Amino acid sequence: MLNNITLGQYFPGTSFVHRLDPRTKLLATMLFIIAIFFAQTPLAYAILCGFTLFVILLSRLPLLMVLKSVKPIWIILVLTLGIHMFTTPGETVVYQYSFLTITQEGLAMGGKMCLRLILLLLFSSILTFTTSPIVLTDGIENLLRPFKSIGVPAHELAMMMTIALRFIPTLLEETDRIMKAQTARGADFESGNIFERVKNMLPLLIPLFISAFRRADDLAVAMEARCYRGGEGRTRMHELCYVGRDYVAFAGVLALIVVLAVMRWGSPLIKI
Amino acid sequence: MSIELSKVTFTYSQGTPFERRALENISVSIEKGEIVAIIGHTGSGKSTLVQHLNALLRPEQGTIMIDGVNAAAKSKEAKAARHKVGMVFQYPEHQLFAETVEEDIAFAPRNKGFAPDEVKKLVQEAMRFVGLDYETYAKRSPFQLSGGQMRRVAVAGVVALNPDYLVLDEPSAGLDPISRKRVFQEILDLHKKRKLAIVLVTHSMDEAVQYADRLLVINKGKLMYDGAPSEIFKNHSQELRAVGMDTPHIYQLAEKLKAQGLQLKGEIMNERALVKAICEAKGWKYAK
Repeated sequence: MLNNITLGQYFPGTSFVHRLDPRTKLLATMLFIIAIFFAQTPLAYAILCGFTLFVILLSRLPLLMVLKSVKPIWIILVLTLGIHMFTTPGETVVYQYSFLTITQEGLAMGGKMCLRLILLLLFSSILTFTTSPIVLTDGIENLLRPFKSIGVPAHELAMMMTIALRFIPTLLEETDRIMKAQTARGADFESGNIFERVKNMLPLLIPLFISAFRRADDLAVAMEARCYRGGEGRTRMHELCYVGRDYVAFAGVLALIVVLAVMRWGSPLIKI
Repeated sequence: MSIELSKVTFTYSQGTPFERRALENISVSIEKGEIVAIIGHTGSGKSTLVQHLNALLRPEQGTIMIDGVNAAAKSKEAKAARHKVGMVFQYPEHQLFAETVEEDIAFAPRNKGFAPDEVKKLVQEAMRFVGLDYETYAKRSPFQLSGGQMRRVAVAGVVALNPDYLVLDEPSAGLDPISRKRVFQEILDLHKKRKLAIVLVTHSMDEAVQYADRLLVINKGKLMYDGAPSEIFKNHSQELRAVGMDTPHIYQLAEKLKAQGLQLKGEIMNERALVKAICEAKGWKYAK
């Protein structure tokens, strides 16, 4: 009944992108997002699109699947396009109807904004498609470590995220099992009005809560039994370390940023 | 009167990279009144198989007929047919939810639409079957009971449905040896009294042969053997060992004794039969 729910969207693989250090992927995504805002000319956008396409192909993800991740924000895209289309003042009028005016500048601006949003979403989707949530948390913890001195509880945050992520599938499985058990006893989760439905959910929710609390208890005991006492002085089983391919990836993204920056502001070397 | 599975195939997470074929082309029929044990390794597909018996999982291919009604259909008849199959899941005590033991056991018969006084009768009967005194336990909260008692309440909650087929998925998991024997004794009594079909899922060969008169061996989603335990052990003990499932210990002991020259007769599937056979072979008097 619940087996259609996939958590996160990790798509296992062994491509170049999959094997990158999670920190590399996180930082590269951030750099790419900055790069997006450097772009002004159509050529710059073409380069950005090309780069995104290149990374998708490099990750060997099904192209259609990655493109589909844009679907949830279509309403935002439509609104963005609409607002820019109608509100940007400009010279060249493309279409006019009473107080509504569409200018060429407006169209261009709206298109640009939408393209930016799409690229932003696509690139961060590649990150979540190619990195398992647990590894991603590891990377976040590591990147947050320098901020510990100003009071960011990096390890605790990461541990909470890891535990939450770890238990979501377990709880889903448990829900599925209890649902089946109660269905076999004639429970009905699918019909009736909203009040009846809520009432019918009780035989599912009560056992689920009880088991969630029991699991939390067990986990706390198990962690204490193994002398867990927070992040202080804790070593890791999988140490993150940058290797050759990470430097290649960084070089790629930095090159992209430099090219886009030069296209926007001109090169300090040539201008003089 | 039977549950018929024909050519049932099932895949988990179909269409994703996590796709996993759990059952492949399984055809089997379970007749009313028999005790069938389904045995297989962890991950062999035995739990998936039993969830098909009352269409909790709908087969990808193939059909399930309960007493001649297609169980996967959406009709009222299909729903009634599904209610003929009682399911006791692994660790069934995790499904308890009501404030009192009585309320919890009454959940199933109430959903089936029995009148209040009938429900009460069914609850009392079910509690008697699992050895819980109605007066003592009916008004208690199920969460204050011990693990073994909770499990019995959960089993009673399924027995109260008055099923024609009772499916038990590892009913003895996590229980101590005495509770284990008790659970099985109750199941056997139930079988004797109501003549329902019992489907027992287990990974312990010893447990399977003690209670079942028919064995279904599942391996990697396929039905390997279907037949009487003694037949399967006699003809296929090599193959069983090859897939990591051994013949029961009692049977092995008897075979070893036979190899040493002791003339043991009959089918030896439990301790008592072995003792009896040894007494006969030695000419000793067998006393209970």
